[in-house]
Amino acid sequence: MPDPGLSHLLAVALFSDYTLRTVALGSAALGITSGALGTFAVLRGQSLLGDAISHAALPGVALAFLLTGSKAPLVLVVGAALAGFLGTLVVLGVTRTTRIKYDSALGIVLSVFFGFGLVLLTFIQRRPDATQAGLDRFLFGQAAALLRRDLITQAVLGAVALALMLLVWKELKLLSFDPDFGQSLGFPIRALDVLLTSLLVIAIVIGLQTVGVVLMAAMVIAPAAAARQWTDRLGLVALLAGAFGAAAGVIGAVLSAEAEKLPTGPTIVLCASAIVLISLLFAPRRGLLWREARGRRDRGRLRLASVLQDLAALEQQHPESAHAHSAAVLAVMSGGAERSLHELEQQGLVRRVGEEWALTERGRVRAEEVEPA
Amino acid sequence: MSVAEKTVAVEVTDMTVAYGEKPVLWDVDLEVPKGVLMAIVGPNGAGKTTLIRSVLGLVKPAAGRALVHGKPYGEQRRLVAYVPQRGSVDWDFPTSVLDVVLMGRYGRIGWVRRPGRVDREAAREALEQVGMSDYAGRQISQLSGGQQQRVFLARALVQHAEVYFMDEPFQGVDATTEKAIVELLRALREQGKTVIAVHHDLQTVPEYFDQVTLLNVRRIASGPVADVFTEENLRKTYGGRAAFFGQNGA
Repeated sequence: MPDPGLSHLLAVALFSDYTLRTVALGSAALGITSGALGTFAVLRGQSLLGDAISHAALPGVALAFLLTGSKAPLVLVVGAALAGFLGTLVVLGVTRTTRIKYDSALGIVLSVFFGFGLVLLTFIQRRPDATQAGLDRFLFGQAAALLRRDLITQAVLGAVALALMLLVWKELKLLSFDPDFGQSLGFPIRALDVLLTSLLVIAIVIGLQTVGVVLMAAMVIAPAAAARQWTDRLGLVALLAGAFGAAAGVIGAVLSAEAEKLPTGPTIVLCASAIVLISLLFAPRRGLLWREARGRRDRGRLRLASVLQDLAALEQQHPESAHAHSAAVLAVMSGGAERSLHELEQQGLVRRVGEEWALTERGRVRAEEVEPA
Repeated sequence: MSVAEKTVAVEVTDMTVAYGEKPVLWDVDLEVPKGVLMAIVGPNGAGKTTLIRSVLGLVKPAAGRALVHGKPYGEQRRLVAYVPQRGSVDWDFPTSVLDVVLMGRYGRIGWVRRPGRVDREAAREALEQVGMSDYAGRQISQLSGGQQQRVFLARALVQHAEVYFMDEPFQGVDATTEKAIVELLRALREQGKTVIAVHHDLQTVPEYFDQVTLLNVRRIASGPVADVFTEENLRKTYGGRAAFFGQNGA
């Protein structure tokens, strides 16, 4: 552990403090679920769908409270889920029946539903009785307010969503990679699409109370985007995304619960963003640094190969000569030859003949091996 | 079973497809005998891909029907394999070559169950047929265009079908792959299978295929290459735009 402060916080959270344990477990549940299911959303290019669903869920929360007068987690979550699902149906309806494109439809649904939700929240807060208190935490999330019953709701719903995902794993893979082919095999692709969207809705609504509707989409997108950097296997991407989501959730929630006035949702999302940043930079093969290093290596190899080939070509033009040519001649052909020649000398591929350079036996063989640039 | 059912692989009647008000296919009739390699040719936007997709039920026709070995496609899925256009999927998807080929078995495996030993063997065998045995564990984003196409063909092979619909199998592939695909098509024909392929290169039609359908929204002509692949039919299909290398007939 590099940071004793953080590890201390985590230890406190997990082993002693009851409230923090609840917060940590709830955040882990939401992180695993949204991370794993977000994998499919990200791979299908539907990242913004998550944003539309979470914003669309807000009026559902408010209406569920207005209609039932209850703040039981299950009631609010069901309201959120229904509204979120309705939002996706409206998106589909708009794109099918009008000329409005998918991304515009997402934007429209997102803002209209969210705006309506804000109006309802304001209306609820102006009412004289005190029962409304706390609904506004659905905006930016508030992990410290999580109760045991919230945790149980989150964990059960998350487990159900993940179990369904594992059950139809192969079908979801087919849906995500090649839906047309899947349909030609006889799989009901549209029904699978609805199922996957429903699972995504569940993953989102169980995080709303902790992360908030404004930033919940990041918990769908960020862990999966980060995980994709590290592996080329779908199962591992989902597993890693779940782990990243859980890590961001737990660290962010515990930090915000410990520090006064640190909003939970933004803190969790910042943690997830840090994971994304690290992954974008340092992941092997796909990471920026790795690609930059490989680019340099490839360019270096090409540079040496081209000097080697130039020497070989010159040699063939002057079979009777001493097979040696000055660095100046080679520099005209390849540019920057001096440095390359020294590197090649170290590798034993060229040798000095006075002021000039010639291929060694090994260099001649190598020059024939390398592909012409 | 009538005589026609014994000899006809695919029968399309009155197929009409429209996107919005614009007809993409108009009243197309088509009869593909069993055991032939048929090319579907025509200019861009002629409805070649749509014709295949309508037979497979991937687009809803405004009118018309298609029979495979005498019955609607929905009842004959096991007899049919489909090779979509290579560019229709994201080749950066995190999965391996073997995994993609195994997808061809999903219809047989059915819901929920995972691919087993038999499926894996079928997949490896198909990869060998297309010369890709060494690539089974390879991540698909590392494949060249020709290799991607061979993986798609292997995925169709594991379906162990009778009729193969291929959408531009030769599109953008290298010479080695082109040769491998031609050999594969011939091997399929030898086994009595039927192949219907959207094709772009008019010059190779007589060499690669037995039959050809010329399509431009309507069916212009269909039959043995020697009979229908004439300059006149090509001009009708492509309009006055193209010159055809004096290649009237095979």
